[in-house]
Amino acid sequence: MLMRGLLLLFVIGSSFATFANEHEEGEEEKFNAAEYAVHHALDAHEFHFTDDIVIPLPVILWTDKGIVTFMSSAFQHDDKGEFVVEKDGMKFVKFHEKIYLLEDGADALVLNEEHHVENASEVLLDFSLTKNVVTMFLVMFLMLLVFLKSAKFYKRETQIAPRGIAGWTEPIILFIKELASDNIEGDKYKKFLPYLLTVFFFILFGNLLGLLPILSNPNMTGSISITLMLAMFTFVIQMMSTKKTYWLHIFDPLGDSMSWGAKIPLYIILLPIEVLGIFIKPAALMIRLFANITAGHIIVVSLIAIIFVNQSAWWSGLSVPMTLFISGLELLVAFLQAYIFTMLSALFIGSAVESAHE
Amino acid sequence: MDIITPAVGQIFWGSLVFLILMFLLAKFAWKPILGAVNEREKTISESLELAEKTKAEMLTLQAENESLLKEARAERDLMIKDAKETASKMVADAKGIAKEEGNKMLATARESINAEKAAAITELKLQVAAFSIEIAETIVKGELSSETKQKALADKLAEDINLN
Repeated sequence: MLMRGLLLLFVIGSSFATFANEHEEGEEEKFNAAEYAVHHALDAHEFHFTDDIVIPLPVILWTDKGIVTFMSSAFQHDDKGEFVVEKDGMKFVKFHEKIYLLEDGADALVLNEEHHVENASEVLLDFSLTKNVVTMFLVMFLMLLVFLKSAKFYKRETQIAPRGIAGWTEPIILFIKELASDNIEGDKYKKFLPYLLTVFFFILFGNLLGLLPILSNPNMTGSISITLMLAMFTFVIQMMSTKKTYWLHIFDPLGDSMSWGAKIPLYIILLPIEVLGIFIKPAALMIRLFANITAGHIIVVSLIAIIFVNQSAWWSGLSVPMTLFISGLELLVAFLQAYIFTMLSALFIGSAVESAHE
Repeated sequence: MDIITPAVGQIFWGSLVFLILMFLLAKFAWKPILGAVNEREKTISESLELAEKTKAEMLTLQAENESLLKEARAERDLMIKDAKETASKMVADAKGIAKEEGNKMLATARESINAEKAAAITELKLQVAAFSIEIAETIVKGELSSETKQKALADKLAEDINLN
């Protein structure tokens, strides 16, 4: 708890510095808490600790003229599309954490009245190592560290109760194993266990890293791209292992309980729902994780923003305890969402591999 | 809205990282860990089974011991009973033989006593007879010392004979 408190103090301190600077630059511009909070939940091209401590990340763009790479520091921390980077005869600007390619002949980004980009196109194939990607590498590194070290324990001792790091990981691994065998019938769960274990710990580690203000709260598992990717994995694995029973449940959900004469009019309504359900399930999986984690991030940032909206440090008396409370809650959510994602994945896979019974 | 727009870069790197991670962990972490856990589970259940079996075996062994002990005890009792019987029988036998022998000896003694007694009586009779003859001789001598006396006697005898 002490560590968390210190970390919170750190993020509040760093936020103070950020806003202090912003106010010096543009006095008339009013602080927009909502925009700031949403911006904070977005992916970024740099690790922004304070305005003085920024880790630039590599930008890798796949354009019509080949791959373009440069460090994000080339934009001079500009995110309003004001600073133009020229590379290989192309002009790039960064606007709201996205990189735009200026049209031929344009020298600066022009925005229309609705604040939309007018004379540039978004670089669609942006393979930059962004904050989320680097966090993902960190997650991979941490997971390999933790689990390869755990595995080492079992090479030495197999018959004794787990100790050290294995004592921490084994109960959770067994918990996921139990979860898988509860939802996937028979011995079939063993085939899917590596995926379920990996996805659980990937989400858990990502969620927990996202709670660290010292890493400027990377919102990796709250990124729709990452949750889309994970939900796709579950969906692909589910579809690849479907058995006849699964499709029977979709296309003949009522089975032998009714005659075909009664079933056909019902199926006109039921079948589209069932077919849509195939896709809605992974979509719900994607949205649930994304929304839960992003909401947590936005709430934390919003609560801290109370201080800046009111422009008085005294508001921290309200803001800090509430942030602390929400952070504690987010710690719970970190475990809960990893569990729910894994459990539902197991459930969906279980429904796909189910063999005929009754 | 930027926040709900998937980014190609993140999906690409995410899939790459996730697949590599899953491959590495499956091979070097999940497999050995789950293998060891299964192994341990198997060992524990086997040990429990063995313990249960041993317990049952112990119980049967104990029951067997009990019955064996019971048998031994019964046999011992029987043996003691036999011995007692034999001993008492031997004593009784001995007593019988001794009694018989005693009786025999007693009978022999009685016989010899009787024989001695008979001999003594005979001797006594002979003696008495001798004495009687002597006495009678003396008496007869006295009776027959005179004529009258001889005559009286002859009369008396003759009377006796007549009477008879």
